Amino acid sequence: METLAEIFTDNYRFLQQHVYSHSGIVLDHDKHYLFESRLMPIVRQLGLGSINDLCSLLLKTKETALGRQVVEAMTTNETYFFRDPAQYEAIRTVLLPELRQSKGDQKKLRFWSAASSSGQEAYSLAMLLLEEGFGDWNIQIYGTDFSSQVLESARTGKYRQIDMNRGLPSPLLARHFRRSGLDWQVSDRVRQMVTFETLDLRKSLRTLGPFDLVFCRNVMIYFDTQTKKNLIQELHGTLFRHGWLLLGGAETAFGAEQWFDKQTVQGATLYVAH
Amino acid sequence: MANALVVDDSRAVRMILSKNLREVGFDVREAGNGREALEVVAAEKASLRLVLTDWNMPEMNGLELLKCLRKDPALASLIIIMVTTETEMEHITEALDAGANEYVMKPFDKEILFQKLDLTGVRA
Repeated sequence: METLAEIFTDNYRFLQQHVYSHSGIVLDHDKHYLFESRLMPIVRQLGLGSINDLCSLLLKTKETALGRQVVEAMTTNETYFFRDPAQYEAIRTVLLPELRQSKGDQKKLRFWSAASSSGQEAYSLAMLLLEEGFGDWNIQIYGTDFSSQVLESARTGKYRQIDMNRGLPSPLLARHFRRSGLDWQVSDRVRQMVTFETLDLRKSLRTLGPFDLVFCRNVMIYFDTQTKKNLIQELHGTLFRHGWLLLGGAETAFGAEQWFDKQTVQGATLYVAH
Repeated sequence: MANALVVDDSRAVRMILSKNLREVGFDVREAGNGREALEVVAAEKASLRLVLTDWNMPEMNGLELLKCLRKDPALASLIIIMVTTETEMEHITEALDAGANEYVMKPFDKEILFQKLDLTGVRA
């Protein structure tokens, strides 16, 4: 008997192809648990019987909004404040002192959180900059993501209590957040430093830069080799010379040596643009 | 010689926190309120590196314990983390102003606790 979360082979292939063609993200043959955990909420929301019913509906109706909802559900990553503390420590102790010296006359810095999800990475950077005395600089932080749904959440700057416990030092909570009902909301001062927009990282990124630092964490792992190579080149094109690219802890940059110097600072791996 | 102290009037919470701390190598003692905690601290002062304390407890609450511990210069490097259901901003700022190194809002999970330990550097 078919269970709610069981996916027929043909439907599994259809979902793989659907996610790949709309996002470039490659989902292997052993990701049943991921499809189940991400798609069952949509199945329940629509009052359907199973993921196979969801596939039938997608095939039958060619419903664009539903197709996008499925892709977004499969491509959204959970994140938290100051994820990978070594990277923030490298920014604090090396990059920011360098930028304070090299850009002290113009006092303008630009940063990009390329897969910002619900915004914690971009807001973490904004808080770090305020804590390090860049409050009177012209700071622009862009947060982009494939999913418009998570960006809506990011723009509000509201987080559940459990999110506030994760990674965020309590003194920063006290200085940069306020209560908003049962949730917490990041201060207007921090929110003003960050702008969120939807973006597909497979498209040309050259018009976005130049940035002093780009976070592109936990994105590359989902792309095929050619898409990774293209993305590395495109990311290089968005950075100032000597700008930093930071990837996720488990990621490596394919062909990056052509465009970047790989360095280790404070235990964090970073790529410095040639 | 214990190097960590868990203070909570709930035996179940003490057991969970102690188990989590033992997993990452701490030698843990427990106390059911602030008064009992002070007795443990007096006995284990030389080795104690970390105190996790609840806020609301009988006899002596966690904030009073925190203030008491922070008065002792011999405990200046002791890491104190509040683990509590008190989640209003005034409670958080009051605890931080009184010398808490970190603040964990209940409910929490093991990953959150370990992140807080890392933030204070006590695990390293």
